[in-house]
Amino acid sequence: MKKNTSNFSMIVREFKQDKGATFFLFLLLALIFFIYIYAAFLNTKQVMHVDIINSYGHPGKGGHLLGTDQGGRDVLKYLVLGARNSLDIGLAVTLIVEVIGIVFGLVAGYYGGLVDNIMMRFLDFMMLLPMLMLVIVIVSIIPNYSMLDFILVVSAFLWVGTARLIRSKTLAEAHKEYVYAAVTSGSSAWKIMLTDILPNISSLIIVDLILSLTSNIGIEVGLSFLGFGLPESVPSLGLMIGLAQDPDVMIGAPWVWMPASLLILLLCVGISYVGNVIRRAFDARQRLG
Amino acid sequence: MWKIILRRVLLMIPELVLLSIVIFLIAKLMPGDPFTGMITPQTSPAQIEALRVKAGVYDPWYLQYWHWIVRMVHGDLGMSYQFKTPVGSLILSRMGNTIWLHLLTLILSYSLAIPLGLIAGRYENSRLDKGIMIYTFVAYAIPSFVFYLLGVWLFGYKLRWFPTSGSVSVDVTGTLGYILSRLDHMILPACLMAVLSVTAVVQYLRSEVIDNKNQDYVKTARAKGVPEKTIFTHHIFRNSLLPIAAFLGYSITGLLGGSIFIEQIFNYPGMGLLFMNSILNRDYSVITALVLLYGTMTLIGSLLSDIILSLVDPRVRIE
Repeated sequence: MKKNTSNFSMIVREFKQDKGATFFLFLLLALIFFIYIYAAFLNTKQVMHVDIINSYGHPGKGGHLLGTDQGGRDVLKYLVLGARNSLDIGLAVTLIVEVIGIVFGLVAGYYGGLVDNIMMRFLDFMMLLPMLMLVIVIVSIIPNYSMLDFILVVSAFLWVGTARLIRSKTLAEAHKEYVYAAVTSGSSAWKIMLTDILPNISSLIIVDLILSLTSNIGIEVGLSFLGFGLPESVPSLGLMIGLAQDPDVMIGAPWVWMPASLLILLLCVGISYVGNVIRRAFDARQRLG
Repeated sequence: MWKIILRRVLLMIPELVLLSIVIFLIAKLMPGDPFTGMITPQTSPAQIEALRVKAGVYDPWYLQYWHWIVRMVHGDLGMSYQFKTPVGSLILSRMGNTIWLHLLTLILSYSLAIPLGLIAGRYENSRLDKGIMIYTFVAYAIPSFVFYLLGVWLFGYKLRWFPTSGSVSVDVTGTLGYILSRLDHMILPACLMAVLSVTAVVQYLRSEVIDNKNQDYVKTARAKGVPEKTIFTHHIFRNSLLPIAAFLGYSITGLLGGSIFIEQIFNYPGMGLLFMNSILNRDYSVITALVLLYGTMTLIGSLLSDIILSLVDPRVRIE
């Protein structure tokens, strides 16, 4: 517990040194807070209700702050729900990916030798697969897929990077004296991995968690943009940005796709900026303060 | 040298076989069979059944796989349901477009990344270095397609500097006009991709230069009285640039992997757009061939990187 508090104070110190990062952190927190609170008061069915008469309403017209899209839906409300879904999916994928990656990496790195060799061959093979294409193919095969299906399909491909990272770090840790001491005193392999090695690589995991959150949100939005992410009935930032593929919308109704694009830019840059500051805080050589 | 390449190629074979098995099994999951395009209302169910038996639809999967892979190796990738042409020649006709676009991107990307990386490394921790690091960081963090979309909106539609779709104008005359029109269509997507793809090279180069700064040979050069500028241009930069060559192999496949978004947004008729169209039209023989092609190219890319690395850095060869 003592170690955690000192980690935490290191992060606080790093944020104090970097004004830009502090600004981003509070901006992000406020934005995410706003999205979740506002989304809690919205009814998805009501927001998704199509009202053709009001289609492509200019911003400000008829009480729609950011205008309406082709189905007459309020862009702001759709944006909030879409952002919440993107964040939810990003979080879910990140958690699944981290758990699989950590277990895989710990086992491969701890045992080493033949076990590691076989597991690494498998990882190499996974890296080979054209992920984006296969996800699109699988999504198009699954009949009426849901948000959960999507999360599982994407996670099935994305854990590889995390596993690689954890494995290389575990490999280095497994030959340190505290591990030998634990082995000598008779701790079981699982106990050593989870209670000795895992806390020692926790800073790495936290950083990886935040940075992969960025890319996972980006992947969901990207796939939805192409039309192979979330189903049409679920609000998504990607679907909204995808409307810009029609030149008429791109030029004639920028309020439909521009806010979603800027929001996703802000979220991705902001989260990875904060993640990088935390990484710096954990790395004594790069620390500012 | 040849021994290493040979060993590396032999190691590649099981991966290639496994890749083809995975893709074959996924292809099996796709609805429809090779006759979907041939069946007309006049075809009787018995005829279809006979066709299926003849094609081995009811064989065990490993036999089917064997027949499939033998056909693939012979260059028979099947027929495109959407275009009614052999898949092989269809992909070849689109491949040129993708390769040209990515070649241009690669040239632009490296001519931007190499100077930036060297400058950032030489003037470590200066304002300039910090600016470059922020740029690479943002380029890495933002989702590429949003950037492309904003780029096409600003430079294509608002400022009207560049065409926004296709690979060549309809009304061009003469060879020169054709080439210029092609280039005109490629320049915006290539620039947008290049601007986003510098991160790895810049950061790697920067840390190489910083590492090299404290090497003994640099101290020797300094002690001899070699001017600071010459130390960098003649000693450090040369040594730092070598490992970058190895990035090239990965860059080739990495850039191709991103081609789906750029080709979709610019409606550029390359392999990425072909893939998207085939998915929308459920043209499964084309999809299977493209996925297999991309997987194989990734494999060849990493092979190339290893070979280049062992060529430029003899220390790797000892292992």
